[in-house]
Amino acid sequence: MNNISYLKEKFDEIQSKDSGLSGIRQKAFDAYAKLGIPTVRNEEWKYTRVSGIFNQDYKLAEIHPVSVEVEDFETFRLPGCENANQLVFINGVYSTGLSTILSPSLSVMGLEEAAAGEFSSIVAENFNHSARFLKDGINALNTAFIHGAVFIAVKKNKAVEHPVYIYNITDARNEPVLSQPRSLVYVAENAQVEMVETYNTIGHSDSIVNQVMEIVVEKDAFVYYYKIQQDSSQASQVSTTHIRQVGKSFAQAVTISLSGNIVRNNLHAILEAPFAEAHMYGLYLQKGNSHVDNHTLVDHAVPNCESNELYKGILDDNSTGVFNGKVMVRKDAQKTNAFQSNKNILLSDNASVNTKPQLEIYADDVKCSHGCTIGSLDPEGLFYLQSRGIPRKAAMALLLQGFAVDVTSQIKPAAIRAYVEDMIIERLSTEA
Amino acid sequence: MDDKFSSIEQTVLSDYKYGFVTDIESDNAPKGLDESTVRFISAKKNEPEWMLEWRLKAFGQWLKMKEPDWANIDYPPINYQDIIYYAAPKQKISVDSLDDIDPELRKTFDKLGISLNEQKRLSGVAVDAVIDSVSIATTFKGQLAEQGIIFCSMSEAIQEHPDLIRKYLGSVVPITDNYFAALNAAVFSDGSFCYIPKGVRCPMELSTYFRINAENTGQFERTLIVAEEGSYVSYLEGCTAPMRDENQLHAAVVELIAQDHAEIKYSTVQNWYPGDKDGKGGIYNFVTKRGICHESAKISWTQVETGSSITWKYPSVILKGDNSTGEFYSVAVTNNHQQADTGTKMQHLGKNTRSRIVSKGISAGVSQNSYRGLVHISKRADNARNYSQCDSLLLGDKCGAHTFPYIEVKNKSAVVEHEATTSKVGEDQIFYCNQRGIDTETAVALIINGFAREVMNQLPMEFAVEAQKLLAISLEGSVG
Repeated sequence: MNNISYLKEKFDEIQSKDSGLSGIRQKAFDAYAKLGIPTVRNEEWKYTRVSGIFNQDYKLAEIHPVSVEVEDFETFRLPGCENANQLVFINGVYSTGLSTILSPSLSVMGLEEAAAGEFSSIVAENFNHSARFLKDGINALNTAFIHGAVFIAVKKNKAVEHPVYIYNITDARNEPVLSQPRSLVYVAENAQVEMVETYNTIGHSDSIVNQVMEIVVEKDAFVYYYKIQQDSSQASQVSTTHIRQVGKSFAQAVTISLSGNIVRNNLHAILEAPFAEAHMYGLYLQKGNSHVDNHTLVDHAVPNCESNELYKGILDDNSTGVFNGKVMVRKDAQKTNAFQSNKNILLSDNASVNTKPQLEIYADDVKCSHGCTIGSLDPEGLFYLQSRGIPRKAAMALLLQGFAVDVTSQIKPAAIRAYVEDMIIERLSTEA
Repeated sequence: MDDKFSSIEQTVLSDYKYGFVTDIESDNAPKGLDESTVRFISAKKNEPEWMLEWRLKAFGQWLKMKEPDWANIDYPPINYQDIIYYAAPKQKISVDSLDDIDPELRKTFDKLGISLNEQKRLSGVAVDAVIDSVSIATTFKGQLAEQGIIFCSMSEAIQEHPDLIRKYLGSVVPITDNYFAALNAAVFSDGSFCYIPKGVRCPMELSTYFRINAENTGQFERTLIVAEEGSYVSYLEGCTAPMRDENQLHAAVVELIAQDHAEIKYSTVQNWYPGDKDGKGGIYNFVTKRGICHESAKISWTQVETGSSITWKYPSVILKGDNSTGEFYSVAVTNNHQQADTGTKMQHLGKNTRSRIVSKGISAGVSQNSYRGLVHISKRADNARNYSQCDSLLLGDKCGAHTFPYIEVKNKSAVVEHEATTSKVGEDQIFYCNQRGIDTETAVALIINGFAREVMNQLPMEFAVEAQKLLAISLEGSVG
C-alpha cells in the first residue's frame, strides 16, 4: 500500500463518479496520505505489526465486484440462515443479488442513497464518527475508498423478526485483495436487532479486510452484535466496530476469534446518554502463527452508565494475543460502573500474550475495576479428571471448554451459539 | 452538604514546612549547558580523565535524543539552557568533623530534622547529606568502614574507589538509557555511593538527604549501591526543596546491584516542593531508578511520593538471576496541580523469579495521578510469578486517576495476576466514623492511612512515622 500513486489513481477513478460522499472521501484520502499505516512506534499499535501486511501490492476491489457464484457462497452460510436476513459483501462491496432481506422492519440501502433521502440527517450526524477516535491511516483508508457501502435501519418500535447475518467474502483466487466493507447501522427508538457477522476468503492469495461498521443506538433500543472470525491463515483483518449509544440503550458485542493471519479488532462503545449499558465479551482461541489483537474502548461521557468487559484467550503454538482495554470516564460521568476482566491461558512455550487493561478516570464517584490473569491450566483440575479415568487430552479439552463457556454462553441465538461451541469443541479435542 | 463544600473551598495548601531558603554562599557554574559545562563540572570535581570521557559521551548521546512525551503529564517545555547545572555551597576547608560544617548548613539540616549531629547518634542512621548536588557530610563512616562497608559521596568514590565505580557506574542504567538518564550522566555533580562487601549485613540504615537550595539550579545526583554476595542493606532517601515560583529540574539516577543472595531495600520519601495551590512553582522530578538482581537476590523499592509538581519515575528491577525477587511498594499522593506518572518495571529473565507490585494512588484537588507499569516475562523465565495490585482513591471530582499496566508474557508456565480498582472514600465509612464521634477530617485521614497501610508497613521505622505525617499534611483540607 506504499504505492501511493496506484492508490491515487484508484481514488481518482472513484472520485470521478459524482456522489454526496466526495468531500468526506477527499478529506480521508488526505488524512491517509499524511498518517499512513501505523508502525509499532504508535502506542495503539505497539504489539501489532501491520506495516508488513499492508505493504503489498493489493488489488483494490473493482467498482463492479468480481462475480462470486451462489455455489461459492453456499459453503459459508451460517446455521439458521433460512430464517435470517442475509447481507453479503463481496470484496467489500455490498451485493444485492446474493443478499436476502426477510424482515419488513429492516431497511437496507446504499449509503449514498440514504445520505440523499429521508435518512440524510442521521447519516450526516453519525457517519464517520469513528474517525474521531481512531487517529490512524487505516480508518482513513477505508473512508477514502468508500463504495458499495450500506445503510441499515431498524424501524422504530420494532424488534427485527429474524437475525441479520452479514457475510464478508473476499475473493483472493487470482491476486492479493484489499477489501474494505463499510456500513452504518441505525437502530431507532425502542427497536431491537441481532447481528451476526463472519469473514471468509476464497482462494489462497493474501488478503486484508479493512472493515468499518458504525452502529447508532437510540433510546430504549437493544443491539446484539456477534462477530465470528475464522478466516484462512492468509487472511488478515482490521475490523472496527463503533457503537454509539445516543440514548438510554443496551448494547452487547461478542467477538469470537478462531483463526486468521493478523486480526485486529477495534471495538468502541461510546456512551452518550445516562443509563446506557454496554457489554463486551471476547474469546480468542489461536494456534499456528496467528495474531489477534483486541482493542476495546468504552467512553463514559455522561453519568450513570454501566459497562462490563470480559475477554478470554487460549493461545497455542506460535500464536500471539493482545488485549488492550481502555475505559475512559470523563469528568462529568459520575456514578459510573465500569468493569473489565481479561484472562489468558498459554498452552505453548512459543505463544505469548500482551495485555494492557487501561483505566483513565476523571470523575470521583465511580466504581471501576479491572483485572487480568495469565497462566496455564490448573494441574490439580487436570489431575482430578485424570484420576477419574479421563485421558489427559480429553481432560484438557474439557477444562478449556469450561474456560471458554463464560463467553460463548453470552451468544443469544441458539443456532449460532451451538455452531460456535461445536467449532470450539472440535478445535480443542483435535489438538489438545 | 454546604458545610462539606465550604471546607473544601477553604482548603489552602497546608504550609510546606520545608520551604525555607538557607542563605549560604554557593559556587555556581554559569547558566546553560554545552560541552564546556560538562568539562567545568568535571574539572571542579578534579575528576580523572576516564570520568570526563564518560560524561562527554553521555552528553553527545543526550544531544541526539529527544525528550520523551509519552507520559500522562503536561508541562511547559523545559529550557535546558536556563538552568544552572552545578551549584555547590562554598566551603572554605574540607570537612573533617561535623563541627567544621558551615553553621548555616548545620541549621538547615537541623530544621529538616536530619541527624547530622552527634547527639542523634542514638537514632543509629548513617546519613549522607547532599545539598544542591554536592555531598556535605557523611556520618558514621568510620564505624561502617570497620565492617568494610563503603558509604561516601560519589565524588569521593570516584577518587578513592575508581575500580568499583568504573565497573558498576552505568552498568544498570547505561548512558543511552533515556533522555534524562543521559543528561544526568553528563552533568551529575554528586550523589551517594555504597558498597557492602560479601556476607556483611549492614548494621544500620543508610540514608541520604537531598536538598535543592540555590535558585535556578537543577539537581542531578547519582546513587550507586552495590551489595556483594550474601549481603544486606537498607537504604533511605529523602528530599526537600525551598518554595520558589519557578520550576526546578531534578533528574537523578539510582542504580542498584544485588549480587547472588544479596538483598537491597531502598526506601524513598519524596517531598520536593510541590508548587503552590495554583500550580505555580515546584520541582520537576524526572528520575530513573533501576536495580539488577543476580541469583536468589532481592530488591525491594518502597516509595512515598508526596512532593514535586511533576513526578516521572519508574523504579524497576531486572530479575536476571534464577530465584530472584523484586518488589515495588508505592504510595503516590497528588494534590492541587500536581501530576504524577509513576510505576515500575519488572523484567523477569531468570527462572523461578517472583515479583510483587502494590501501588496506591491518592488524588485530590485538580491533580492527575497515573500508574504506569510493565511486567515482562521472557521466554526463558520458567515458573515466573507476578502479582500486581494498583488501587486509586479519588478525593474530589476534579482530579484524575489512571492506570496503564503493560503485561507481556512469553512463557506458558508464568502466573501473572493484575488487579486495579478506583473508588472514592465511601460515605458509609465516613458515616460509621462520625457515628462513633470521629469528625469527618479525622475519619478521612484514618481511611487514607488504612488505604496506604500495606505500603507504609514496608517502610523502616524511622521513616514510617514521618511518612504517615506527610500523608496527612499533603491531603489536609482536601476532604470536607
